[in-house]
Parts: sequence; structure tokens; C-alpha cells
Amino acid sequence: MGSRASTLLRDEEIEEIKKETGFSHSQITRLYSRFTSLDKGENGTLCREDFQRIPELAINPLGDRIINAFFPEGEDQVNFRGFMRTLAHFRPIDDHEKNKDPNVSEPLNSRNNKLLFAFRLYDLDKDDKISRDELLQVLRMMVGVNISDDQLGSIADRTIQEADQDGDSFISFTEFIKTANTSLEPWARLPGTTLHHCHC
Amino acid sequence: MHSPVLFQILVFITSTFFAPWTAHFPGSDASVISEILEPVGIAVESLPPQSSAPPLHQPYGIDTGKIASPAARVPVNDIADPIVSSTSPAGNRHRGTEPVSFEIVQWNWEHAQGPFLVAVWITVASLAKILFHLSSKVTTVVPESCLLILLGLGLGGIVLAATNRTDYQLDPKMFFLFLLPPIVLDSGYFMPSRLFFDNIGTILMYAVVGTLWNSSATGLALWGIKQAGLMDKKVDAGLMDFLLFGSLISAVDPVAVLAVFEEVHVNETLFIIVFGESLLNDAVTVVLYKVFNTFVEMGSDKVRAVDYVKGVASFFVVSLGGTVVGLVFAFILALTTRFTKRARIIEPLFVFLLVYLSYLTAEIASLSSILAMTFCGMCCKKYVEANISHKSRTTVKYTMKTMASIAETIIFMFLGISAVDTSKWTWDSGLVLFTLVFVFVFRAVGVILQTWVLNRFRLCPLDWIDQVVMSYGGLRGAVAFALVILLDKSKVKAKDYFVATTITVVFFTVMFQGLTIKPLVKWLKVKRSNQHKPTLNEELHERAFDHILAAVEDIAGHHGYHHWRDKWEHFDKKYLSQLLMRKSAYRIKDEIWDVYQKLNIRDAMSFIDQGGHILSSAKLSLPSLPSRMSFSETSVTNLLWENGSGVCLDLQVIDTVRSGKDKEDTVMHHVLAGNLYKPRKRYQANYSRHFISADEQEWQDREVIQRNMRCRLESFRSTKHSVYQNKGKSRHKKSQKKHRSNDVNGDVPNGKPKRNISWQDTVPVVMTMDSEEEEEDNSGAEKEEDEGITFVARAADEVLLEGKQSSILDVYQSPFLLPPSPTCTEKELPWKGDQGDLPACVSSETTKIVPIDLQQAWNQSISSLESLPPPTTSEVQQLQHRTVPLVMLEERGAPAALARPPLDPCFQFPEHATAAGRSSEEDSTECIQQQELRPLMSSDKQPRPGPSAESAGARWPVQFNRAARVSLLQNVVTASPYKGSGQTDL
Repeated sequence: MGSRASTLLRDEEIEEIKKETGFSHSQITRLYSRFTSLDKGENGTLCREDFQRIPELAINPLGDRIINAFFPEGEDQVNFRGFMRTLAHFRPIDDHEKNKDPNVSEPLNSRNNKLLFAFRLYDLDKDDKISRDELLQVLRMMVGVNISDDQLGSIADRTIQEADQDGDSFISFTEFIKTANTSLEPWARLPGTTLHHCHC
Repeated sequence: MHSPVLFQILVFITSTFFAPWTAHFPGSDASVISEILEPVGIAVESLPPQSSAPPLHQPYGIDTGKIASPAARVPVNDIADPIVSSTSPAGNRHRGTEPVSFEIVQWNWEHAQGPFLVAVWITVASLAKILFHLSSKVTTVVPESCLLILLGLGLGGIVLAATNRTDYQLDPKMFFLFLLPPIVLDSGYFMPSRLFFDNIGTILMYAVVGTLWNSSATGLALWGIKQAGLMDKKVDAGLMDFLLFGSLISAVDPVAVLAVFEEVHVNETLFIIVFGESLLNDAVTVVLYKVFNTFVEMGSDKVRAVDYVKGVASFFVVSLGGTVVGLVFAFILALTTRFTKRARIIEPLFVFLLVYLSYLTAEIASLSSILAMTFCGMCCKKYVEANISHKSRTTVKYTMKTMASIAETIIFMFLGISAVDTSKWTWDSGLVLFTLVFVFVFRAVGVILQTWVLNRFRLCPLDWIDQVVMSYGGLRGAVAFALVILLDKSKVKAKDYFVATTITVVFFTVMFQGLTIKPLVKWLKVKRSNQHKPTLNEELHERAFDHILAAVEDIAGHHGYHHWRDKWEHFDKKYLSQLLMRKSAYRIKDEIWDVYQKLNIRDAMSFIDQGGHILSSAKLSLPSLPSRMSFSETSVTNLLWENGSGVCLDLQVIDTVRSGKDKEDTVMHHVLAGNLYKPRKRYQANYSRHFISADEQEWQDREVIQRNMRCRLESFRSTKHSVYQNKGKSRHKKSQKKHRSNDVNGDVPNGKPKRNISWQDTVPVVMTMDSEEEEEDNSGAEKEEDEGITFVARAADEVLLEGKQSSILDVYQSPFLLPPSPTCTEKELPWKGDQGDLPACVSSETTKIVPIDLQQAWNQSISSLESLPPPTTSEVQQLQHRTVPLVMLEERGAPAALARPPLDPCFQFPEHATAAGRSSEEDSTECIQQQELRPLMSSDKQPRPGPSAESAGARWPVQFNRAARVSLLQNVVTASPYKGSGQTDL
């Protein structure tokens, strides 16, 4: 994968990506041009630096987490395919649409996968549980300086308490699904539609 | 005295209810007053000309036939005017007549009658409001507008029964000149402009296309019905008449929409779309109305193609012209308020006058006055709010709200009263019924069709529930009524039918739909605002998801609306704001900080009312003993009273906390809601007519940038120094030199007692604003004299700290203020974090820190810092165009903690220096801040001169204190993710 450093997108590659991610041809080419414009090193891959150069991300409290989500475990580079694979999570859920993807597996933009994506942003150590500390970190990132650690701590406690059903004081993925499912609505709407309509 | 006096009073009491107060409006036609000059004290003037008939006065028996003759209509500016007295020869006389002898008391009823009646009218209307709200049950079920209409109906009925007079009407002139402007002004000024412009496309679509469709479809369909013979033959109306009627009946009415939707609390997007539409469709309505009115008057056969073209052209002229008028006046207003510094007292007046002038100017030029006023209010707000003083702002706000509320009350009451007047009605069931059906059906069809188109472009498509609410929320109101009254009966033969139909439609929509929309919304489970308090999880996830989405959008490089908004903001920042805002205001970024302050003050007030139990948020279910204990030590309320400052109040909490509720939950929700960073799109997403939303973007951006940069730096550093490898966290550091290599290699592998790394952790690598910028921000800031008191959230901790420290050091009793602005808050971050969280974790862990290590480490870090050039990271530079000027690494705060050990004679106490340097040109607030901080600093410094003199025992607690604080900084200030992850490794 890493060998494909060419700046041109080959047709078969597009096809593959299409299959894998469900993006349309025009979306893929558009996102590819975006990809190349981000790719300052012009080596066909993006590194964290490239992402960090996006000014809006610097003011996004979760920016770095999201950037990290683009990178596979232990890797510092992400190629276009990986890039698209991550973005595919943000396609709208096409419940009603016939699943054109020949994949047998669940499409990346399914509810579950979206939630899993979000869950991974919390779950840093990848033990499939959100601990209090992990939650606290996310809270700290998302909350203004006006809240004391005390308050945050109690918020985190309460959040866990609220979601925790089996009493292990961790939020497991199943518990996460239950609490976060309702919040997924905008997810299904916002950039999903953006990508959906990126025919330009 | 005069015989009719007693009777007058009696009659007056009843009559004031019914007198068309508009006729007596002080600013109204002076000639009107002359008509009032009759003993009965009842205004006879009814503006629809045909109804002001003398016989109406008969019931009163007195002065029958002595109604002011046309001659009395001579403008009367002074009651003493001989003409008046001569034309009102009745028993009541006043100065004008030759006095027979000196009268001890003179009854000058006429003298003040007009204004008096107006005042009484308003009082009555307002009292009615109070009455309605006595029973909370009634008002939760029945909208106020309905109640007011019913009241009007009742009063009108009484008058009709008692006097047989039916001439009280909602007068179009008064309606458009006096009653409508306050409402439009209020809604324009407090319009959440961001939300509005976010949805401008949709709003425009509904306002223009929707209204066009509604009116033409309704008009044509009614005409078809007429042709089909389903209508009374007596309805003498052609195609043009029906189109005219369609144009006036189809416009959604802002007053009605506002009145109803405000009580329903649907989500903001839905609200802004319906409400925005009702405001912006004014232009369309005005044009259509005028065009068809002219066509009707011309006779439809004479209408040529050119006239249609003219009509279309007129639409653009009217709408764009109105907007331009509004913008021009907004500009003038903003510029004016820039120079009112020495005449603060008239600031609010300017706001009202100029906005009103924009309305009137547009009226004069027959442009869309509603558009003019809306845009004027909306556009001037930012600058005006920045320029005028805090007090003026409050004045403006409350006056606007009050006036709007009064106007609304009166409008609805008059609608009710007007409906009683059956003399102008001619009922035709066919017309009424079909109009009702068409109005409703075409609205629904229009909404569905347009939404279908719009959803292809909207980021956030409107689902069918939204569409139902939008269709159902298409309320017609007083505007339609006023317009139909304005019709010329000689030209529009079917006017009486139209009046009856309009009244019915208005009543049906306002009463029936207004009444049922709430249950409907409930039943459909429309996303409502503020109704459902999400669980903490939902709230957290929702926010997190929003951030994620925003980030992904950025990564995917979606530029559209945001791109242009950015451009505009850039332009605004560079030119407009500089031109229109005072320098001080421009520099301190007032909007944010003022709202912030306002909120704080309000919260503080209610906090006081509640006896301070809100602060329990700080001791919520967390076993942090220190905080609890110190809390109980300090009587927060007392402090608040005595100092007027320094109390931590969560911004949002207090409003909603009510006794009996689950306080903890509420508090937490509010803590979260108030402090979670908002995704870019949602800044200012809240709209309420009663509160001003804050533009928190800038401070938020700054905070986030600081954090992100810090994180990046730290991860960079950590990888560089190979202190530890965090798996997912290693970053690339191609731009090493750009990054400031600060030698805080501060990530703790695990939560174990930290080696001397732990202090490094605690060195608050805070990315603060470049000090120059800061200085600019604060220096030369001519602060309003009334901004002396500041409540800053999280001050509670400081209070707490104060208690603690004073107990340890016995140093200072004087209260201290907090950095008054977000900016300042950030600037003082280290301190804040330092003190603020002291109690939270004076844990056993932190006490293990070895002071010597701290000392050395500090020295290291300082020296390494000094060796570096003034840093700006590349990312930061990229960001400069977005409100974040220069970000640089500064190390402050922690020094306060670390400076003490005597081993370091050469160490410069950094923030002291900075602060001193800054204070030279500080404005008053800054001075206060300095003052307030002084105790703190002194407490820090005191041990310094001779710490050795102190006994070790005496020193230790303090140092523990420091250490604990310092370690806390990590949590608070740096928010490094690594620490946490390290702990999870445990």
C-alpha cells in the first residue's frame, strides 16, 4: 500500500475504494484532490503534520484525537485508501438505500461502525472499555478552563455511573452504544451529507 | 364642579377599555385629540372613515350631537387653543373660555385625556397579562395570544352590548407606525444572527418563493371557486381582487409566529426558519399587495405586461431597498454610538431612534420597512453592543423587550376587539371555508415542495416532522388584518367579505393552530429546545460527535458557507470593526466578554438569592475532602456580599436550579452545557427572545488552540526525549525548530510517585497570547465605569483557596478579584489553575515531590526557555488570521510556586515582572485585577526573603501546598492526555 506514491489515481484503485467505502466516483476524485492538497510532502501519504496544518483542526478540541484516528496502529503515515476508509465512517447511513456494496461485511458507515469510531476516540488504550481517566481526558479537552478538576471529576463519575450497567465502573462498547445512539442523529446528517453532496 | 365629572369618571373607566387607544397615541395625529374633547371622554375617532358616525354617541346622553365637527379637526397643539374651546362648547371648559371667577380646582380632563387613555390602555393590557399568568396551568395550555384575543373579544362584546358602538378597530396606520416596529425591532436586534445567516438560504426560499406560491395559489384557487359558483354571488370580486386577497392572507405573520412559537420551544433551526420567513416575507407581501391593489384600482383589463415587469422590478427595489436602508442606518447607528462616550445617558435613545428612523424611512420610500428594521437591528447590534456602556445595554434590552411585549399585547387585544365589529363584516361561508382550506393546504404543499428542493442543498435536512410543524406554524396575524382594513372599499367591492374572511383566518390560525401546536409538537416529538435535558452521556457524546464531525469536514475540505463567513469576518475585523467600534471595545472583544460578564452578574444575583447552595457543584459526589472542608470554612455568600466578587459561579447553573429538583443533575448538566466547547457551527446557536446569546467562539478558539498546541508540543517533546513512548501518540516533528523545544518532558508513564519528572509535568507550559497583544488588549481599554465588578467562574475555588491559604499563612484577608475577562483569565491561567485546583488533589502522591528536584528542574526549564527565540509555531501562524494573533509559549504561574526555595537567587519571578510591566498602562479593570491579585502574590513572595528563618515545620505545609498545586496544573492547565493514559496503564 505504501508503495503507491503516485499522485495519480488509477481507475482500478478508484474501483477498489468505491467497493470498500461506498463513495461515488466523483466523491473519490474530489477527496483525492483534497488529499493531494493536504499532502505537502507529495509522497502519496499524509502524516500527522499534514493534518495539523489544517487551521480549523487547531481550534477543534478533539482535533488531535481525530487526526490520530486516521492513523492505523503504530503507523505514522496514511495513504489515500486509509484516508478514505476513515472518511467512509462519515457517509450517511443508507438504511433505505439498497446496499450496493458487494461487501458481505458491514459497511463502514453503519451505525455500529460509526459508534465504534467514536468509541475509539475515547478508548485510548483500546481495551474496549472507557475508563474514568479516559473519559476525564476527553472531558478536559472539551471543556473550558472554567471548570475545575473537581467538577470534571464528578461529571466523569456521574457519566460513568449513568451509563454503566454492569457495575464495573467502565463504559463498555455496548453501554456506549446505548447512550450514544441518540446522539448519532446529527452524525447521520452533517458531514455525511456533505460528503454525500460533494459532487463538485 | 361640573356636572358630568362623576359620570365621566364612570364612563371613563369602562370606556378606557374600549377606546381605540391608537387614536390617542401621543404621537398620533393631534387633530384626533380634538375629537376627544367631549365630556364622555370616549374617543370617537375610528379610523376606518365610514364608521365614525355621530349617532354612535347617543347612549351617553350627554352632549349628543356635539361631537367634534370637522372644524374641530384643526390640529390642536395646545388645549388652550381658542379654536378648540370654541368648538367644544359643552359643559367642560377650560382655560380658553372666559373665566367667570377663579376656580380652585379645574378639571382638565381633555388636557391629558389622550395620553392618559393610552397609559390606562397599556396598563389594562399588562394587567391582563398578569392575570393570565396567575394560573400557570392556563398559560401552559393556552398561548397568551389566544387569551388576549379572547379578552379583546370579550371587551369588544361588552362595549357592543352596552353602547351599540362598533367602531373600535385595529387601526392600520397606528399598527404599522407604532405597534409593529417595537416587535420587529426586538426580533431584529435580538435575532441570533449566526443562526439566521446559517439558514438564510432556506429562509429566503420560504419567504420569497413560499409566499409567492401561497398568494398566487390561494388567489387563483379562490377565483376558481368563485367561477365554479361555490361562493355567494354577492362576493363581487374578480381575479385581481382574489389575487390581492391572496397576497395579504398568505403572508405568515411575525407577531403571531413569535407569540406562539416562543411558547412552544421548538428547536432553534425550526424556529429561525419559520420566524425568519415571517420577517422576510414582508417584502413580498408589500409588493404583491401594492401591485394587486394598483391593478384592482386600475381595473384588470387595463393591466399591461409592462405592469407585471414593473411589479417584479418593484419587488427587488422594495426588498433590496429596504435592506439597504436598514444597513445604512445600522452603519450610522454604529458610528454614532462610537462617539457617545461622554453622553452615555442618551445611548439607548440613539439605538431606538435610529432603528425606528430606518423603519420610517423605508415606510416613506415605500420600501420594506420590516426588512429595513430587521437588518438594521441585526447588523448594528454587534457594534452597538460593543460601544455602548453596560448600563445602556441593559436599558436597550429591557426597553425593547417591554415595548415589544406591550405592542404584542395590544395588537392581539385589538384583534379581538376588532372582530366584534360586525358592521364591516359580510360573512360568506363559502369564501371563508375555502380560504381556510386553501391557506392551510397550500401552505403545506408549499412547504413540502420547497423542503424537497431545499433538502438537496441543506446540510441538515428538514425531516417531515419539521415540515409538519412549519406548515402548521404558518400563522396569519395582525399584518394581514391591517392590510385588509386598508383596502379601499370603493375599489375593492368585496372588501367586507375579505375582512370577515381575514378575521376568521387570523382567529383560526392564532387560536386554533396556536392552541393545538403545542400538543402537536409534543405528539410528534419534535426536537424541542431546552425541554429535554439530555443525560450527561448524551450531552457529552453529542458534543464530542459534533467536534468530530466538524473536524472531518475540515479534513475533507468542505468549503462553502463557512468559507465565506470566514472571509466576511476577516473583512469585518480588519475594516468594519475598526471603523465602527471604539478602540477599546474593538480591542477587548466586547461581545464575548460583556455577555460573559452579564451572565456572571445575573448568576451572581440569583446566586445570592439562593443562599449560595449552588456551589455544591464543587463538592458533588467527589470524595475530595479538602475542597469540602475549605468550603465549609468560608462563607461564600458572605464573601460575595462583602467583596462583590470572587465567587465561583457556573455561568448557566443558577438560572435553572430550583429547589426540589435534583440539584446535582441540573448543576452538572449546566456545568457541562455551559462549558463544553461548542462545535464551530453551533456557536451562538441559542435563540431566545429573552436572552442574549454569547459569542464564545473566540475565547474558545484560543483555549483550544492553546491546548492542542500544548499537546502537540508535549507529545513532540516526549518523543524527542524518549521519556516514554505513548503508542498512538507519537507525532512527527518535522518542524522542530518551529516548535519551541521547551524542556518540559512532562509525561508521566504511570501514576506512580513521580520522579522529578513530576514537577516537570507541573510546569505550566501555557501557550498564552503574545504579551504585546495582551497589552494592547488591555491597555488603553477605556473601561466602562460600571464594569468594575466581575464575577468569574471558578472563582469559588479561589475563595476557597483564600480561605485555605489565609488559614495557613494568615496573610491576607482582602478579597481578590479575578481576571475580569476570558482573555485575562487565560492570561492568568497558571495562577488560576494553580489556585483553583489546589483543593482538588492535595493527594498523597503529590506530597512526595521533592522540593530540591523541583528547584533544579525549574532552573533547567527556565534556562532552556530563555535560550529560545520568541516562538511561534507554524500552525499558530496559520491561525493568525482567525482571531488568534500570536501564540507563544510562556511560562508563568508555576514559578510562583517554585520560586520560593532560596537556592535560586537569580530566579526572576516571572509573572510578577510581566504583570508589573503590563500594569503600567492598564485600564481600570486591569488595575483592579492587579490589586486583587496582589494579596496572592504577596503571599507567594513573603516567604521568599527569609525562608530559612522559618522553621521547617512552618514551611513544609506551604510547600506541600505548592507542590500539590503545581501538580494540579497538569490537570487543569495542560490537560495533557498522556498523564491520563499513563494512569490507565497502572
